[in-house]
Amino acid sequence: MGSRASTLLREEEIEEIKKETGFSHSQITRLYSRFTSLDKGENGTLSREDFQRIPELAINPLGDRIINAFFPESEDQVNFRGFMRTLAHFRPIEDNEKNKNAAPSEPLNSRTNKLLFAFRLYDLDRDDKISRDELLQVLRMMVGVNISDEQLGSIADRTIQEADTNGDSSISFNEFMKVLEKVDVEQKMSIRFLH
Amino acid sequence: MQQQQQLRCCSSDCAFSDALFFSRRAVESIVDDEVTKCFSAQELENWNLLTRSNCRFRHISLRLTVLWGLGLLLRYCLLLPLRVALAVSGVPLLLVLTPLVSCLPDGALHSGLSEKVHIVCYGVFVRALTAIITYHHQENKPRDGGICVANHTTPIDIIILANDGCYSLVGQVHGGLMGLLQRALVKASSHIWFERSEAKDRHLVAKRLGDHVADKNKPPILIFPEGTCINNTSVMMFKKGSFEVGCSVYPVAIKYDPRFGDAFWNSSKCGIISYLLWTMSSWAIVCSVWYLPPMKREDGESAVDFSNRVKSAIAAQGGLVDLVW
Repeated sequence: MGSRASTLLREEEIEEIKKETGFSHSQITRLYSRFTSLDKGENGTLSREDFQRIPELAINPLGDRIINAFFPESEDQVNFRGFMRTLAHFRPIEDNEKNKNAAPSEPLNSRTNKLLFAFRLYDLDRDDKISRDELLQVLRMMVGVNISDEQLGSIADRTIQEADTNGDSSISFNEFMKVLEKVDVEQKMSIRFLH
Repeated sequence: MQQQQQLRCCSSDCAFSDALFFSRRAVESIVDDEVTKCFSAQELENWNLLTRSNCRFRHISLRLTVLWGLGLLLRYCLLLPLRVALAVSGVPLLLVLTPLVSCLPDGALHSGLSEKVHIVCYGVFVRALTAIITYHHQENKPRDGGICVANHTTPIDIIILANDGCYSLVGQVHGGLMGLLQRALVKASSHIWFERSEAKDRHLVAKRLGDHVADKNKPPILIFPEGTCINNTSVMMFKKGSFEVGCSVYPVAIKYDPRFGDAFWNSSKCGIISYLLWTMSSWAIVCSVWYLPPMKREDGESAVDFSNRVKSAIAAQGGLVDLVW
């Protein structure tokens, strides 16, 4: 596992990924060996089927949406760079990064970018608004079959009522951020990546 | 997962924040591999009547529940208070006896008495945990000088090993109760405590280790090269620092029997005090310690290869999986 992975990933690529995502060298090599073990076709990219083979992902209510998030617009394969870019959203925010304000562009794991990732799980048609239907779809996925349509509809209506400030019956990204401003997004959307 | 969801989905921000939870679990399962599994407690085949190992066992029968209730009563009302009393009396004992011993001038009496104090205090701690330890191959026990390396599962490893011999411990200087204990231990025998800033300076660390090892009168140094607690099913990659010093290394394998109590300390799940309370309210800590024959670095062997050789020897003896990472 260990030696095969490092010979296929070149040093320059590791450096580029490090700069773009902020992962450390050893984290990148470990995630690369995980990538290759998922890649059953051994062609250097992952397809949707490769993800669906993971059992815990198959039973996760949002599994399909998360898998979608890895694939860029209308493509069916994701390479290692794209894989790392999506995983970078879940990197914990380190203390010294919070104070750094000279960064040219916001790091992938900033609070705003984490929230944008979550927003896109709802906003399927990418029109930068969560409509009532889109909200209902995701709620139905998370809740299962034991809540009736009317109950779910009223939950969705109440959510939109409380969040919508400009009265267009849908939730924009700013309104989404406002609803979650008290939630500790940094902790809820961070995973401990091993070194 | 979905049953919990129905009860919680009733306010507006939870409609969104639950998505965060599910997305995190999804990405965790994407990243999960055989190494991340080492950082959670080992699953048992049969339930051993302890709540914390009740992963897959739902209500089976009334008789089992009654048995569990009796066990709970026994453990919390009889075993736990006795053990806590022992532990609580052991700490002041250590803090009182070690300064007394340090008043003596350096010499045979000083080292003889400090060994006795050491054995008595660690004996009290071992009984406080009800640790039933079987030592194998005691002829290979680490002697004067040299470095002793062992696989790490819990901070209790130190108590288990120190019960059978004097070791010098290595670690960072802490504050509070730990710092008090560290200062007390240093009075009776020589330990190596680093300041946080010094710990980052590899040369300083290597030099202090080398100096200690060169002095044959000092007890062997105890080091856990994995660097962190693993769940006792496998051995992770060793950090090479302690293998560069160039003296003989005494490997020790420690294997806990998971049926009587889970010794693994998951530091992200609970702090040290709750961990100690969990352990003291288990049935017992049953473990086996194997002393392996000393190994020396061969000519032309790098520190990394040497550390891998030692790691394989420990894994083979303890019946643990030898991980590549």
